[in-house]
Amino acid sequence: MYVAVKGGEAAIANAHKMLADRRRGDRSVPSITVEQIVEQLALAVDRVMAEASLYAPDLAALAVKQARGDMIEAIFLLRAYRTTLPRFGASLPLETGEMVAERRVSATYKDLPGGQVLGPTFDYTHRLLDPALAGDQAVEPAPARDSEGEPLTRVADILAQEDLIERAYAGDPAEMPQEPSGDLTREPMEFPMARDLRLQALARGDEGFLLALGYSTQRGYGRTHPFAGEIRIGEVEVEMDVPELGFAVSLGRIRVTECQMVNQFAGSAKLPPQFTRGYGLVFGQSERKAMAMALVDRSLRAGELGEDRVAPAQDEEFVISHADNVQATGFVEHLKLPHYVDFQAELDLVRRMRAEFEARQTRESDTQEAAE
Amino acid sequence: MSAATALGEDLATYNFAYLDEQTKRMIRRAILKAIAIPGYQVPFASREMPMPYGWGTGGVQVTASIIGPQDVLKVIDQGADDTTNAVSIRAFFQKVANVAVTTKTREATIIQTRHRIPEEKLQAGQVLVYQVPIPEPLRFLEPRETETRKMHALEEYGLMHVKLYEDIARHGHIATTYAYPVLVAGRYVMDPSPTPKFDNPKMDMSDALQLFGAGREKRIYAIPPHTRVVSLDFEDHPFEIQSFDEPCALCGAEGVYLDEVILDDRGGRMFVCSDTDHCEDRRAAGHRGHLSPDEAYAGHGKGEGEAAR
Repeated sequence: MYVAVKGGEAAIANAHKMLADRRRGDRSVPSITVEQIVEQLALAVDRVMAEASLYAPDLAALAVKQARGDMIEAIFLLRAYRTTLPRFGASLPLETGEMVAERRVSATYKDLPGGQVLGPTFDYTHRLLDPALAGDQAVEPAPARDSEGEPLTRVADILAQEDLIERAYAGDPAEMPQEPSGDLTREPMEFPMARDLRLQALARGDEGFLLALGYSTQRGYGRTHPFAGEIRIGEVEVEMDVPELGFAVSLGRIRVTECQMVNQFAGSAKLPPQFTRGYGLVFGQSERKAMAMALVDRSLRAGELGEDRVAPAQDEEFVISHADNVQATGFVEHLKLPHYVDFQAELDLVRRMRAEFEARQTRESDTQEAAE
Repeated sequence: MSAATALGEDLATYNFAYLDEQTKRMIRRAILKAIAIPGYQVPFASREMPMPYGWGTGGVQVTASIIGPQDVLKVIDQGADDTTNAVSIRAFFQKVANVAVTTKTREATIIQTRHRIPEEKLQAGQVLVYQVPIPEPLRFLEPRETETRKMHALEEYGLMHVKLYEDIARHGHIATTYAYPVLVAGRYVMDPSPTPKFDNPKMDMSDALQLFGAGREKRIYAIPPHTRVVSLDFEDHPFEIQSFDEPCALCGAEGVYLDEVILDDRGGRMFVCSDTDHCEDRRAAGHRGHLSPDEAYAGHGKGEGEAAR
């Protein structure tokens, strides 16, 4: 075996060394630990887990460190690791109604069973930089709630008691499909998509892109008249059926954020008016993402609900094809790869067309002179 | 035990050629289907690769699925073996598959390429793997996949001919210079990937198998050996390839694709072979261009190709 060594190889190796050097920064400052990132940059870790579709706080924190804090690069690192993992099976659907909620708010009711629970939110903080945080001051432990650990009634279930909101599954509940939902990281993607795949694509879609699309629906590009029926954040049990045992076993708990949007009603000659749903669920704590996802999910149901598709957020191919930030960044940034062969082809054509243009000009001025 | 050491121990070791065997099997099935329906874009469950989308993930997955320990791999980008991304992909396969690599076209069993087809005629048994950014030749005429799939199914290619006609009406030429659409085996219109149209004739009736991988767009397509590949044109505007006014400044080759190299800021430029292996081979055989370095006239012909940089 022999190896071809050319100039590019040394350049790449040197670039990687320089990257490692810049990543470490000033050596007199202690290196940040993975535990510190997990504990103190938890929302960055959550975003990486959500958009990489892998619930692994330590690995996500490692990715954040390796990526020098570049979120999309960290997501990319974790995804590239995720693809190599074997699949043992699918979990049962998460029962978010059983969630031990750290936060639960509803914008549709003043009060409701279990109450409004604010939890660890930035809402109502005044965004004033806190000089105390520049140091390492002792922080008091959070006050404990009395009712901690009790499941809270879902707002959508309250509406469903009166049949005022569409059912989560349109058909007979007894006939609800039991097979695991689709997986677009394992099957070729095809349009039009079923809602399970669409939700998966949104759950791992770029937070900023979904935020902008959700925002656009609020400004009139495919308005859906949304109310934040409920947002809840907390831990849920992940369970898996083990055929040999004949019952489900718990694999552990994960933290998720769920948003149920209650949107303007639909009805027809046959069906009475009902509120419709938009749904968002993401790993970790990210209300912004869950809410944006719920808005976009509802907008993408335009066809199913008989609405005209006129806005970008209602266009499934447009939204799903462009929501993935790892794909988007790769393709945008690939423009920095050499393209000189194609550019040469374009140069050649432009030069030829210019030569023809000039010849035509000369010919025309010649005929004009001759005429004069 | 600290979390860091625990992490180090938990991280997986990778399979031969990176992809797990299940994934390879899935990709091979897509490749077989693609070979059975020349020019048809087969959807496949493209994986996230450890390099960015748009940087050859489709080609890398195809290569990873067909490569074996006995294979000899050549990787080119823009026709050159020493462009950074070609170097990077070659290094990837050396690392994960430990295969032999070469820069010699005729020694390679698998050639992964971006934007060029080697000048040297490919032989039976060789596989040319193209990296494809946008596999759909109709994409810029119709952005919707649901529509373009229908158009292919119905063999409805009128739109493409109208586009080429409008080019002629507006510019006097078909203004497509690369990714020039071809008709494969008289049935499917296909995007040859962004190779200059200069390379289109090499695809026709090739002795080698040609595989196309688009990772981000999740499509694989193929041209089996000895398949008709015709560049779209009109009777009164027949398809033409680019021609250059001067030969390669280093090896004197004519009828090959050349890169324009800027020499100074006063308009000085030279034209050299885009296919670096072809250029080195010719110089090793004693061919000289008008700007060959003097020492090359001594006739050692070591063929390191550095002069082309």
